Amino acid sequence: MSSLSATIQDVFNEPGCGKNANKTEAERKKGCTKQLQPGGAAGGCAFDGAKIALQPFTDVAHLVHGPIACEGNSWDNRGSASSGSDLWRRSFTTDMNETDIVFGGEKRLYKAIKEVIEKYDPPAIFVYQTCVPAMIGDDINAVCKAAATKFGKPVIPVNSPGFVGPKNLGNKLAGEALLDHVIGTEEPDYTTPYDINIIGEYNLSGEFWQVKPLLDELGIRILSCISGDGKYRELAYSHRARAAMMVCSKAMINVARKMEERYGIPYFEGSFYGIQDSSDSLREIARLLIERGAPAELMDRTEAVIAREEAKAWAAIERFKPRFKDKKVLLITGGVKSWSVVAALQEAGLEIVGTSVKKSTKEDKERIKELMGQDAHMIEDMTPREMYKMLKDARADIMLSGGKSQFVALKAAMPWLDINQERSHAYMGYIGMVTLMEQIEKALYNPMWAQLRRPAPWDEAGINWQTKAMAQMDAQAAEIAADPVRAEETRRARKICHCKTVDLGTIEDAIAAHGLSTVDAVKEHTNASGGCGACKGRIEDILAAQPAPVLQAAE
Amino acid sequence: MAIVTTSKKACSVNPLKMSQPIGGSFAFMGLRGAMPLLHGSQGCTSFGLTLFVRHFKEAVPMQTTAMSEVATVLGGYENVEQAILNIYNRTKPEIIGINSTGVTETKGDDVEGFIRLIRQKHPQLEKFPLVYVATPDFKDAFQDGWEKTVARMVEVLVDPVEAGAARDAARVNVLPGCHLTPGDLDELRTIIEDFGLKPSFLPDLAGSLDGHIPDEFTPTTIGGIGVDEIATMGKAAWTIAIGAQMRRAAEAMQQKAGVPFRLFERLCGLAPNDEFIAFLSEISGRPVPAKYRRQRGQLADAMLDTHFHIGGRKLAIGAEPDLLFDLSSMLHEMGAEVAAAVTTTASPVLERIKTQEVLIGDLEDLEELAKARDCDLLITHSHGRQAASRLKIPFYRAGFPMFDRLGAGHQLSVGYRGTRGLIFDLANLVIADREANHQPTPDTWRTTDSGLQVVPPQLH
Repeated sequence: MSSLSATIQDVFNEPGCGKNANKTEAERKKGCTKQLQPGGAAGGCAFDGAKIALQPFTDVAHLVHGPIACEGNSWDNRGSASSGSDLWRRSFTTDMNETDIVFGGEKRLYKAIKEVIEKYDPPAIFVYQTCVPAMIGDDINAVCKAAATKFGKPVIPVNSPGFVGPKNLGNKLAGEALLDHVIGTEEPDYTTPYDINIIGEYNLSGEFWQVKPLLDELGIRILSCISGDGKYRELAYSHRARAAMMVCSKAMINVARKMEERYGIPYFEGSFYGIQDSSDSLREIARLLIERGAPAELMDRTEAVIAREEAKAWAAIERFKPRFKDKKVLLITGGVKSWSVVAALQEAGLEIVGTSVKKSTKEDKERIKELMGQDAHMIEDMTPREMYKMLKDARADIMLSGGKSQFVALKAAMPWLDINQERSHAYMGYIGMVTLMEQIEKALYNPMWAQLRRPAPWDEAGINWQTKAMAQMDAQAAEIAADPVRAEETRRARKICHCKTVDLGTIEDAIAAHGLSTVDAVKEHTNASGGCGACKGRIEDILAAQPAPVLQAAE
Repeated sequence: MAIVTTSKKACSVNPLKMSQPIGGSFAFMGLRGAMPLLHGSQGCTSFGLTLFVRHFKEAVPMQTTAMSEVATVLGGYENVEQAILNIYNRTKPEIIGINSTGVTETKGDDVEGFIRLIRQKHPQLEKFPLVYVATPDFKDAFQDGWEKTVARMVEVLVDPVEAGAARDAARVNVLPGCHLTPGDLDELRTIIEDFGLKPSFLPDLAGSLDGHIPDEFTPTTIGGIGVDEIATMGKAAWTIAIGAQMRRAAEAMQQKAGVPFRLFERLCGLAPNDEFIAFLSEISGRPVPAKYRRQRGQLADAMLDTHFHIGGRKLAIGAEPDLLFDLSSMLHEMGAEVAAAVTTTASPVLERIKTQEVLIGDLEDLEELAKARDCDLLITHSHGRQAASRLKIPFYRAGFPMFDRLGAGHQLSVGYRGTRGLIFDLANLVIADREANHQPTPDTWRTTDSGLQVVPPQLH
């Protein structure tokens, strides 16, 4: 396990990560995630993260070493698309039983590898470690090494048992496995000045194929996609690419950065969600390739393609303008990648009446104000009930969000569209944006909503569960307002830093007790803003709102 | 009499089985105001949660003690304590149902001991309903987790009744196996109520996962049987257990409160429902309502209409023991041949399945057997979709999970009416497959020089 903990420390030290730079040495050691709270946690484990990141390699056999829960409860659950092999969708697990726990599971694992090779003969096997075999000391590195030697086939250990941390840590540990055991182990038949890697793209619903034709047209070759529709051999020779694009999330930033360090492959972080982002990303790919020796005329061709595609997309979106006139959208997403979506939605004539800012930085918020006006609703953190109130208060016509909040909208008989990973439509590139508009139109104008909102014949008009829920919330609010003690309690309980779970009261007390005047000082005393740093702006506002003496001390 | 064998493979390929802890959590989901809690790492919960959400298309409550590597090694007392307190304070549940996992069982956490300490330390929890069940992932399967958890609910939550105490003659306990859907439970409720009886379902998934819109947003289950009602189940005149897996809970009920039970191993098919209806008539002292006399006639007619299509079919079926026994028996009674049967865990019903051999194995085994034995109808849960597309035979989805089709919670198989719908669906599937894939061509019956047919006739 010592090598695993070393790897985890190494991953936490990721210099390419902006959020990491925000942290102290001690915090960095703790890792890049908030402490998991028993009874209040959601989301997958590190094994889940590793499997998600690597599973889209289509011709690899993914073998999970553990009891049935890890694989039996989760297999064939991702919508990545493959242009070739379907081996990745088959499920392989050692399904450890009590005897294995007592006597160790290494022999079973070795036999399992043998069976997979005999039956399916894949170009490689990825072996995933899980909690239980990690606890009983099964050494999957040794087993994989022995099997690789014996069978003459790459058998790659992915050491990411669930209990070491959450999903995003697992993404990175998966990346480390590729860097340690796969990348650079084979050579391509030939190379071109137009070879790129795409890192962190999973080809969900086949969406990357909405962009790939444009790259093909420009003569840009995807040497390896890590990992959507990926193939083992392409991954093994991916170190010969000229440039790399890291797609949106930071899931595999360690892969991008270390490939730059080891093989001199420059990368940029980009996205193909939205028209502007797609154009920017195409330009950036061309720029990096030209820097690495591709002919300069690539940029001219790229600009021509961009101009053509943009014109086509905007023309297609034009059609929706009359349909979207005066329609309001509530946008609830985790991250920044919604920006480019915002621009397109507005271009199509939709008004965005609110957006979530839980993970947004101060700069993000400024940008929201720029895009949406000063009185845009910014939603910090919401319970389902509050989310419903928001839908009502903002008088939104449709909610766009991730899958988690869908039931709030649907049960409230509000049109809703999934724009996160679980969605079944492809929204990438220029075509994808038009698809998104089509889906919004379909949801908005479905005649079903009117019927669903009708009261049941035995209900009094206007008295339904929605109004009851609203009345309850109003009553609660009134009660709190009437009671100064509770009002103060409620005010102080407002969560300021979500990563470190620090509330307003704690911060105010610290400021008062120690005469704090800077965000850093607040961080030192309360740990607030020690996580992603997005709440710095909120803390600045709190500092500014403190009584004068404290402010004077600051100057 | 079938021979039960266990697969000898080291590597399970395309598992049929799911883990025991989530079977336990599933049982807790049939309790009102419940929060199921898995004592394990957060992935243990999130995989299960995702699976339930994909199956039911509903928000599903489920929490985790979020065990880290260090906590796992040192023991999880603090995590269990914090989890219970957090859930208690934040979601105001009526009950917290805890299942252990492989991680915490490998360490050997004494959760019953933890709970005693927690109750001492936090007086507000002294009487609060906490039910704990040991369900390691590395043993048994989904159905076993449900079985143990429901039995434990009876042991902990039902008030004891003294021998000779008066019973409520109209009250009936129903202990449904995990193979019944919320739709099945609603059907059973209607049937039982039509005999003037008052059923209490433990657990009652129809109250929580039937897709109804709740009056309030709540982070716990939105319905199901209340802890207060469970406490009084000992006063019922009878317990009806459905599926062999429920014998344990029925016996616990008998032991604790002296309630006699009748176990119905099956409720799909004509004969099993005759028995069931006759029993209800007997215990209620009422004649069978006209509605069920008509439904019986309709089922008989449906059997006549569909047997042309179902009779002679070679069935490959993969399911947990009770569902396997129920469906395969019904189809055997309709003239189908149970040619390949794969299941997940041991059960007394397996050897009575009408086939040569029942294999405790995976979907790779089922696919290979179906191919080798020329099966022409596949029944299993949604994970059978890959096998079905390779085998190119009609595929009927049954059991949990069913994530790639809608309406899983309302699929019916119990009662005369449920059986009628099921055999119509199956027969239509067979007809559609014949129309799409087995139309005769001029060469279908042409023979070669040696007198053998080029293509065997495909008209059924």
